[in-house]
Amino acid sequence: MGVLLRAQGVSKSFGGVQALREISLSIDQGEIYGLIGPNGAGKTTFFNALTGLYSCDRGEFEFDGKPLKVRAPHEVARAGIARTFQNIRLFANMTALENVMVGRHLRTRAGVIGAVLRDRATRAEEQAIEVRARELLDYVGIAGRANDLARHLAYGDQRRLEIARALATEPRLLALDEPAAGMNATETASLRDLIEALRRDGITILLIEHDVRLVMGLCDRVAVLDYGEKIAEDVPEKVQKDAKVIEAYLGGSLA
Amino acid sequence: MRMNLPAFARDPRFSWVGMVLVAVALVALPFVVGGGFGNSWMRVVDSALLYIMLSLGLNIVVGFAGLLDLGYIAFYAVGAYLYALLASPQFGLHLPFWVILPLGAAVAGMFGVILGAPTLRLRGDYLAIVTLGFGEIVRIFLNNLDAPVNVTNGPQGIAQIDPVRIGGAALSKSQQWFGLTVPSVYLYYYLFVVLTLLVIFVTVRLEDSRIGRAWVAIREDEVAAKACGIDTRNIKLLAFAMGASFGGLSGGLFAGFQQFVSPESFSLLESIMVLCMVVLGGMGHIPGVILGGVLLAVLPEVLRSGAGIWQRALFGKILIDPESLRMLLFGLALIAVMLYRPAGLWPEARRRREMAAAGEAPGKRA
Repeated sequence: MGVLLRAQGVSKSFGGVQALREISLSIDQGEIYGLIGPNGAGKTTFFNALTGLYSCDRGEFEFDGKPLKVRAPHEVARAGIARTFQNIRLFANMTALENVMVGRHLRTRAGVIGAVLRDRATRAEEQAIEVRARELLDYVGIAGRANDLARHLAYGDQRRLEIARALATEPRLLALDEPAAGMNATETASLRDLIEALRRDGITILLIEHDVRLVMGLCDRVAVLDYGEKIAEDVPEKVQKDAKVIEAYLGGSLA
Repeated sequence: MRMNLPAFARDPRFSWVGMVLVAVALVALPFVVGGGFGNSWMRVVDSALLYIMLSLGLNIVVGFAGLLDLGYIAFYAVGAYLYALLASPQFGLHLPFWVILPLGAAVAGMFGVILGAPTLRLRGDYLAIVTLGFGEIVRIFLNNLDAPVNVTNGPQGIAQIDPVRIGGAALSKSQQWFGLTVPSVYLYYYLFVVLTLLVIFVTVRLEDSRIGRAWVAIREDEVAAKACGIDTRNIKLLAFAMGASFGGLSGGLFAGFQQFVSPESFSLLESIMVLCMVVLGGMGHIPGVILGGVLLAVLPEVLRSGAGIWQRALFGKILIDPESLRMLLFGLALIAVMLYRPAGLWPEARRRREMAAAGEAPGKRA
């Protein structure tokens, strides 16, 4: 299996704070790659740099063997990288179905003229968008809520909806920013099933997570960030025993 | 349209009958209003139709895409002046209206892009300030473009504009239809109704499309919209252009209808008036916006004539000049609406698509 995403020396600073320091990592096709670290370690900054919300000061990304030169967020999505957000960002006043339909925007074509004339091609496309959106809602397990406004969904369902919306863009790499945050044990367990199903269906996953049990149980490899630096990268069992990781999480002076 | 219709209303037979009834009402309206209350009231109705087109255009920008535009009337001005310059003795040009109107819509749409391009990164208050400035710039330009080369005739405005002519018949003169004398204001009414229906049709179609969803997505959460692969720059520019082109269309009609334009007609107050129609009616909801346009166009005129009559009836004489009283009452009405119906008079019914009403998995709904 080849490398899907490679980050090379990615750095980003805000004022005097070095949020990311020469981060290099590579994610293989089809793996679940965990990104962990204490609060403020730079995990979300890395996500934002990857998905084009921030431009990085130095360094570059390579996706599927090609340099990811495009830097606008929608171009990153077009290249095949989709994401969810740590603080859920849904289109609150649209229905669940409409949220996912927006995700199809990228892979569809209808313009103003098509929309007004509603010719056969446009109608067929609209139909296909809706069918696909319903499939995805079903896939993440919230088909029954299709016509509810996104803001009326339960918290766990909102997380699922965000994943469905991201899937609608047909990503090869799905970046999940703390998908289990605020979930109870049952919800986390079913989220875990969902992520594993995604992997089985050929989607590579980059996962930021605080829930250590979820990360350790799910991920093939894990990278640990601390103060913007990558301090470890390995299979979960080894990372857990890494002295630097333990120090980062528990504080150095205890030793 | 996303309306909460009762079950019988969704029956195709009903909607067919409904459409015929609406058509009959629209055809008969001038004879009822004009015949019953006088032709000056038909003028009010005509201008209300222009306002509906304007508010539907602004609704695309403000209601759908969520971009606050306080200079919208500039596009109305562009359309109006384009018509005035191309069909008046000003330059000796007399192009037919069916050339000028599409051209006016296109040029106004271009102005929409010109306004939109530098403001793409702005939101909320900042966008409002820039658009407000843009509206004023256009008006001041029109006011001062009489020197060194006289283009717009400055504050005097452009007069003797050609009326709209259809098949050689000028709409500014009464026509004989089947032995019936149809005054000019009726003729313009029919033209405006047709174009208003066209604008409504386009807006409704756009709302329920890939483009319309992208607009609403940007309104709801721009960052998420970008992450979903929406090129927010192009989609926002498209909203500005579409909104502006409706403004330009309406402006062209205004010029042909009034046969006179001057910069005075395009003041900031007009922009705010159109914005009020959108907000009061129910932002983003097409029937609400239409209602807002009708009410705010007609209400000041009702108050103008009513303020004197009511005072006489109550006190036996006129205590306050009706002209100043009507704006006071108008202001009070606006405040009352915003206090008691903050989402607008006819806000978007919670979007239950027809599927939901059909009872798909009703047990699961919270």
